Amino acid sequence: MSEELVTITVDGREIQAPKGAMLIEVTDKANIKVPRFCYHQKLSVAANCRMCLVEVEKAPKALPACATPVMEGMVVHTQSAAAKAAQHSVMEFLLINHPLDCPICDQGGECELQDVAMGYGNDVSQYVEGKRVVLDKNIGPLITTELTRCIHCTRCVRFGEEIAGIRELGMTSRGENARIATCVEQTVASEMSGNVIDLCPVGALTAKPSRFAARAWEMMQHASVAPHDCVGSNLFVHTLRGEVIRVVPRDNEAINEAWISDRDRFSYEGIYSEDRLTSPMIKQKDEWKVVDWDEALKFAADGIKSVLTQLEQAEIQDDTQSESEDSGEVVNKTNPADKIAALVSPNSTLEELYLAQKLLRSLGSGNIDHRLRQSDFSDQDAAPTMPWLGQNIEDLEKLNAALLIGSNVRKQQPIIAHRLRKATLNNAAHISFVNPRVYDFHFPVASNIAVAQQQLSAELALIAAAAFKASANDVPDHLKKALSGLKPKVEHKAMVSQLKEGENTTVLLGDLANMHPDFSVLRVLAEAIATQTNSVFGYLTEAANTAGAWLAGAVPHRGPAAATEDVVQGSVFAEQNPDAVLLLNVEPDADMVNSQAMIETLQQASRVIAITAFDSAALRDTASVMLPAATFAETSGSYVNAEGFWQSFKGVCQPSGEARPGWKILRVLGNLLDQQGFDYVSSDEVRDELRSQCENIELDNTLNNAATIKINGAAAELMRCGDVPMYSGDALLRRASSLQQTQDAQVICVRLNAAEASRLGVAESDSVLVKQGNSSAQLSLVIDDSIPTGSAWIPMAVKGNELLGDAFGEIMVEKV
Amino acid sequence: MGGVMMNKIAHFIKSFTLWELLKGLSVTGRYLFKTKVTIQYPEEKTPMSPRFRGLHALRRYANGEERCIACKLCEAVCPALAITIDSEEREDGTRRTTRYDIDLFKCIYCGFCEEACPVDSIVETHIFEYHFEEHGSQVMTKEMLLEMGDKYEKEIAANREADAKYR
Repeated sequence: MSEELVTITVDGREIQAPKGAMLIEVTDKANIKVPRFCYHQKLSVAANCRMCLVEVEKAPKALPACATPVMEGMVVHTQSAAAKAAQHSVMEFLLINHPLDCPICDQGGECELQDVAMGYGNDVSQYVEGKRVVLDKNIGPLITTELTRCIHCTRCVRFGEEIAGIRELGMTSRGENARIATCVEQTVASEMSGNVIDLCPVGALTAKPSRFAARAWEMMQHASVAPHDCVGSNLFVHTLRGEVIRVVPRDNEAINEAWISDRDRFSYEGIYSEDRLTSPMIKQKDEWKVVDWDEALKFAADGIKSVLTQLEQAEIQDDTQSESEDSGEVVNKTNPADKIAALVSPNSTLEELYLAQKLLRSLGSGNIDHRLRQSDFSDQDAAPTMPWLGQNIEDLEKLNAALLIGSNVRKQQPIIAHRLRKATLNNAAHISFVNPRVYDFHFPVASNIAVAQQQLSAELALIAAAAFKASANDVPDHLKKALSGLKPKVEHKAMVSQLKEGENTTVLLGDLANMHPDFSVLRVLAEAIATQTNSVFGYLTEAANTAGAWLAGAVPHRGPAAATEDVVQGSVFAEQNPDAVLLLNVEPDADMVNSQAMIETLQQASRVIAITAFDSAALRDTASVMLPAATFAETSGSYVNAEGFWQSFKGVCQPSGEARPGWKILRVLGNLLDQQGFDYVSSDEVRDELRSQCENIELDNTLNNAATIKINGAAAELMRCGDVPMYSGDALLRRASSLQQTQDAQVICVRLNAAEASRLGVAESDSVLVKQGNSSAQLSLVIDDSIPTGSAWIPMAVKGNELLGDAFGEIMVEKV
Repeated sequence: MGGVMMNKIAHFIKSFTLWELLKGLSVTGRYLFKTKVTIQYPEEKTPMSPRFRGLHALRRYANGEERCIACKLCEAVCPALAITIDSEEREDGTRRTTRYDIDLFKCIYCGFCEEACPVDSIVETHIFEYHFEEHGSQVMTKEMLLEMGDKYEKEIAANREADAKYR
């Protein structure tokens, strides 16, 4: 695309610029400083601060550089007497009402108004009348307002409209009375709201969690990567004397642009939570005892060794017995090491995941898994090398149509949702959803189908049937039975035609689809829809390093880089009955699809070694040794994001107390268990070892040989369903105190729609008895019509969910 | 040649008349009757400028509220990095220090902290007589500094007053 260029002269320099570009963009590119407050390159032009006035020859008055398109032959002076006079006057007007409270303002030292006032302000104000005072509003637990300081640049208002997609902040009245306020009297609840803190050029909007904690000049800035969602947003972590004070975005156009989600911004608070595990502990005679590292590691290693020797002895006895009993028959020999298992959090670093699987496999066991919330593993052999987005994050904004299955993308991957929103704004893209409940989105949704989770695969089958009809291709054998005789409705056909007609289209499987008990069916159908409509098939994976976990071999059936040959194979955790379990950053009461079953399994195991950053009642109950691990800010490591992009980061501060980086703990465990190849000096060596194995991997989401699918028809009348609330996804988030006070933080309750509630004879504000198998719990009931009939919605990963069983299982709700 | 001879004779006469001794004694005699400048420290003390920079103190307002607002400008300006401040939002929403330490071994008594303070909170008093008995006690904490301020507020205020017209 060739753009028409014009030549302009700025301060005597000739500059080539694309026609129609705003003057301030051109001067910015040419490194000519023009002061500004309201202009921001990611937001629309408002031209209401007037700070960027410059003199343009032949124009009668100074013009705002942010709203003046360049034209051929334009002659601009940014430093002339007229320009400077205009800028000085604007500055004087802005300072009339601005309080002189810089010493107590959190923005002091990084304030655009302060900086510009140094260059363009007068020493003494001529203004003698009273200054305006605006009362502050409480807009939630994340942002503090000091509205007297506001200079009405409206960046925050434009951010809400243009980026966050909800108008939460607005400007009311005019002139002297103009002020920023919440549109309706409510808190700001956008999942990206924290970005207004960075946008605000003055101290009117500042971060509440780090309020008054540190000054801009005394903090150290460290590059890092967000540890929660599959986007891998780039971060700067700011520390003061070795303590994380705040997190701000690091610009990366290919990933997070200039934004980060509130989750990534404020989760650091969890690092300093009260229940941080600061020293190794072992359980002796049901008493927890603080010990030093040597003792704890020896205790952990001895535990595994004793389990191994016991099993070997039992094996020998078994062998002798079976030989004596029957001679001819082939005995199905079990590997003794199969009694050892590891569960690893997909938020762990690549290095930790790789070392955990290496340790386990060198002990002879393949029982390692990161898919803690997945319940259907039946097609795991057909799975791709690593589930990925299928495209670059940047390309999402070029989409014309998309179908997302089981995804609350707005809350789970806010940055991805922002790209999708851009696609709807720029290309009028048709984004459709098939979800187990109605979710709200901040962009126009073409069709938002919500069915009970037990009908999700049937609903998707209708779309698949429509897709085959539209493409006029033969239905392959493995789908024939499931798709025959289906009659797609208008909305299904519309979805398919949007996918088919669009130039750039995609079908994405969200994290709820991944946890769904019919995941394998959903996956086959989704892939079929994508193929038949020439769409890109991809996954919105659940955690920061889900993709990396597949590459690192943290799955039972494949080694690093998806190798299957010469790899110790294992089975999925639910089928095991392990004697020794290694937990890496896993909390048994919150990180599993069935926490109750998990806790029971762990209680039966004789040794549970928990490498964890946090102490918790559930771990004290189940583990036999707790080794304190470092959090994302305290360890070096790497994450692989949804687009397969490897991002390494360094630790930015010392781990709390005695905690140590997870990879070091695993390395020493490897040494103590006398295994070869655990002599790494740095985490880079671990990463490079894996990287060299992954060199030839080509990312491809095609299912290798899909099995014949069967759509589950009959199910219980009421099935449990639930997602992981956005601020409950991992141990760190669950302890981020400010995030836990937001509207998006959830406590356990059961949600039913009005029809279902009246059928069951329960009413809102009732406390209801929820039964699952042998377990039951008394929960409060919320009537919520976004829940489809046949579903009882109970969030996962929140306190109390361990009282019940499978998050997608059969459930009964009764009046107390 | 004659000059050398004369010098020798003059030297000879001076040696016999104890001239040098008398010359020295005359100096002693002169000082014997001059006004004395020696101060009998610690019983006597020299006058002090209101700008004297001695031990530090944190001041309060008349209503008892501490002046310091934790702006950390003194910490930033301190050339010896002697000041360490931690701050937080106090319960009433104001910005306050939770820790204000001055390491008196690092401090060079330059007075920059006092100059930088926007609320005249940190000051250097006229106290210059102090000692430490054990390691660690050279660090003045917030409590110690406020106590100093409370104790000497009258003198501090008088000194600021005296110097005000030159600022």
